[in-house]
Amino acid sequence: MKPYHRPVPKTWWLKRLPYFLFVIRELTAAFVAFYCVLLLVLVYKLGQGPEAYEAMLAFLKTPGMIFLNVVAGLFVTYHSVTWFNLTPKVMVVQIGEECVPGYLIAGSNYVAWLVVSGVLAWIIVRM
Amino acid sequence: MLETGHPNPKYKLSKSNEPIWWSLFSAGGVIAALFLPVLILLTCIGLPFAESADQIFAYERILPLASHWIGRLFLLVVIALPFFHAAHRLRYVVADLGLEKLGPLLSVVCYGGAIISTILTIIVVISL
Repeated sequence: MKPYHRPVPKTWWLKRLPYFLFVIRELTAAFVAFYCVLLLVLVYKLGQGPEAYEAMLAFLKTPGMIFLNVVAGLFVTYHSVTWFNLTPKVMVVQIGEECVPGYLIAGSNYVAWLVVSGVLAWIIVRM
Repeated sequence: MLETGHPNPKYKLSKSNEPIWWSLFSAGGVIAALFLPVLILLTCIGLPFAESADQIFAYERILPLASHWIGRLFLLVVIALPFFHAAHRLRYVVADLGLEKLGPLLSVVCYGGAIISTILTIIVVISL
């Protein structure tokens, strides 16, 4: 006899907010991939010479692309926030009997995020 | 050894290459979380709207930055690893959203796509 599997509707993730937020979190990966493709194309155009590169920059300034990129940016930021908020669960640091409180671990990741972002922005804008 | 300590030797631990994809997923997730938001901000909002954007993103300025060996390595890591992150995550969420019957085909499409994309990234970064 096969074990009984209760049928799960395809809309299972719309039934509760936590399920919905989970699927949104997982789907941020699609926007991560989207932006990485965009970045790859930009780097490729950079290698193709100034005209191709300028054309790509002009394309990135079109309203359609700005809109898509803002949406992608929101989803990618949601990825970052949910990722860093998970770090206390995956990195349990014990000092003697107690664990380091979660907000310190997540907080240090956020600080690293800020520092890394600042350094990268400085390199691109100033160097 | 794949056998457990169970007295009956026909019980073996099942082989799975999932740990490899999961490790790449983790690495890609950290890279994407740390670097992508600021990159999107600069290239997709800074570029269209900032006054000095045309100066900052000028070809003569960006090409030396990107073709420096550190720049190439950075671009390779920042583009290729998130592909693996997305592949692993999408492979599982697509299954959860109802397409689990595709099974191995889904894995091949997702991880194969990430591998092909990585190869393309290497080629692009080398030929800068």
